[in-house]
Amino acid sequence: MSLFPKIKPAFWDIGYREAGPYRHSLRFRRMWYLVVILTASVSIGPLIAMAFFDYNVTRTAAESEIILRTARLVSNTRRTVTFFLVEGQFALDFVVRDNTYEQLSDRYRLAAILGSLKKTFGGFTDLGVIDSKGLQLSYVGPYVLEGVFYDDQAWFHEVVKRGKYISEVFLGYRHVPHMIVAVKQPLPDGSFFILRATVDTERFNYLLSHLEVDGFGDAYIINRHGILQTPSRSHGNILEKMSLEVPPYSPKTQVYETRSPDGLPLLVGYAYIEETNSILMIVKQKDALMKPWYDTRKFIIVFLVVGITIILIVILGVTTFLVNKTFQADEKRVMALHQVEYEAKLASIGRLAAGVAHEINNPLAIINEKAGLIKDLFNYTQNYQADEKLIGLLDSILSSVERCSRITRRLLGFARHFDLSVQRIDLAEIIDDVLGFLKKEAEYRGIQVHIHIDADVPNIESDRGKLQQILLNLINNSFAAMDDGGTLEVKAQTSPGYRATIRISDNGCGIPEANLNRIFEPFFSTKKESGGTGLGLSITYGLVQELGGEITVQSEAGKGTAFTIILPVRLAVKERPIQ
Amino acid sequence: MKVLLVDDERELVSAMAERLTIRGIEADWVSTGSEALELADRETYDVAVLDVKMPVMSGLELMKEMERKNPDLKFIFLTGHGSEKDFQTYMAEEGTSFYLVKPIRIEELIAKIHAALGMKE
Repeated sequence: MSLFPKIKPAFWDIGYREAGPYRHSLRFRRMWYLVVILTASVSIGPLIAMAFFDYNVTRTAAESEIILRTARLVSNTRRTVTFFLVEGQFALDFVVRDNTYEQLSDRYRLAAILGSLKKTFGGFTDLGVIDSKGLQLSYVGPYVLEGVFYDDQAWFHEVVKRGKYISEVFLGYRHVPHMIVAVKQPLPDGSFFILRATVDTERFNYLLSHLEVDGFGDAYIINRHGILQTPSRSHGNILEKMSLEVPPYSPKTQVYETRSPDGLPLLVGYAYIEETNSILMIVKQKDALMKPWYDTRKFIIVFLVVGITIILIVILGVTTFLVNKTFQADEKRVMALHQVEYEAKLASIGRLAAGVAHEINNPLAIINEKAGLIKDLFNYTQNYQADEKLIGLLDSILSSVERCSRITRRLLGFARHFDLSVQRIDLAEIIDDVLGFLKKEAEYRGIQVHIHIDADVPNIESDRGKLQQILLNLINNSFAAMDDGGTLEVKAQTSPGYRATIRISDNGCGIPEANLNRIFEPFFSTKKESGGTGLGLSITYGLVQELGGEITVQSEAGKGTAFTIILPVRLAVKERPIQ
Repeated sequence: MKVLLVDDERELVSAMAERLTIRGIEADWVSTGSEALELADRETYDVAVLDVKMPVMSGLELMKEMERKNPDLKFIFLTGHGSEKDFQTYMAEEGTSFYLVKPIRIEELIAKIHAALGMKE
């Protein structure tokens, strides 16, 4: 079952009538839509715009921040790595300048220098002197490499050509990853010799692996072919090809975004290390870096959704409330208009009836007197006293006159009520009066009318016309609800609190429970197709209120309806004090 | 007991007077206020039955004139509907036992006449 029928405001189904005496002055549903759309757009629109703007600014700031941090880390690390490599080269340069070829060819001297280098610089594993033909003349270190020829090694030709050299990492004879640093020193005879040292890559690895790289980052060095020179956590093993593309040459530090082979977004910072073939790479996972931003984004979205929801609820609630109030006010206006017209109509009918009744009354009185006189003459002169037929005819005339006179009195009484206000009323008499109007209909339709009036019911002070109208409306409704042969019961009794109760019940079709609490609403009618205005009970309710009373209804569909009116015995008419 | 009936409807008032006479109540009738006052100068009545609404002089005006001539005179009013404004004020002061709404029953009128005189006595 849908929720909407339960929360639907009263004005929702009211159609707009372009013309007619009781049309509403506003289109409430359209008004509701307009107010909701306008209010929502001026309040939610800027909120969304602000949130969107803030979202973009914050995201751009977060991205710039991580790019900047990565670039700074790459620059600093490059400086450290470059310093580490070049410092070894400077040390060797110092050694060849400070020692002659002969001194360096002496193994003891060479061993002493290696010892000093290990102590001062660290990272040196061995030291060797190679002549211009590539023969290692002397060597100190953990291996036996004296007399080895290096003329077939690429690095030898490089150092011959460039004078100094820092190698990439390679396995060499020992099948251990290492790198070498070599410097060439010319000799007076025009030839040269080379001083070569093996540099321990462990220290290098240690330096890179202990970098504090956020975002599950990875710092390593590759050569220009993408071969890993130092171990990497997630982009391949040492001396294997890196899983990412080799970035293009740039003299400056660069940061770019890419994706890993398995699709993870990555932020890559790199720098080409001068004097070497190495490239320093720092690779971070973008999602991890952006996590604070993702948290902020989640907060912005939740804030926006909650904010919009609250604004919408408030707008819908306030608009519905206000439009409903306006609708109710308009409903009252229309009803008041209707009531005025209804009363004016009744009053004019009343006046017409009174005029007719008054005009008829005199001739009726004459007929009455003349027929009475004839009867008197018959009776007193005794001429026709025994003529039962004549006497019967006269009695018939007299009883018809009596009937007519009852009708004219009732009509006169009905008219009079529009002029008079509060008076003492005998409930039995007024009930009888009202039922008099419907007596014929009751007879034709075989409706039984039972009246029970408790002996102790006091006369009440009230407005006779209004009370008559209340009773007439209710009894008329009962008649409309009943099939032919139904039963109407009118009871009057005293109630506690100096009040009198009139109960009008029928065994008609009854009112469904769903309609029961709406029947006193103006324009609520189940008989609209057959010309009902939906105002009868609403006006009745208003009249009972005016008389200081209460009206309640009990009903069961198919079984019948009972209206109970409780009226004060004395009507307290409130008067405004004269200022 | 002598009764004067005054009503602008001659047909009505003549029949009414005759019916009273048949019942042994001496009754005269006239159809205007001036005739009534003229007659009241000559005759003495115990009760005057007056129509409330009459041309020229209303029942209440006539009552005042006649009361001046004969303070002991009792009055019973006949009304078409009892809603004439002056008459309502009078009713409010005197109660409702001195009038009858037309058409009347002759027995009711006689009862009122007796009651009026009885109260007086």
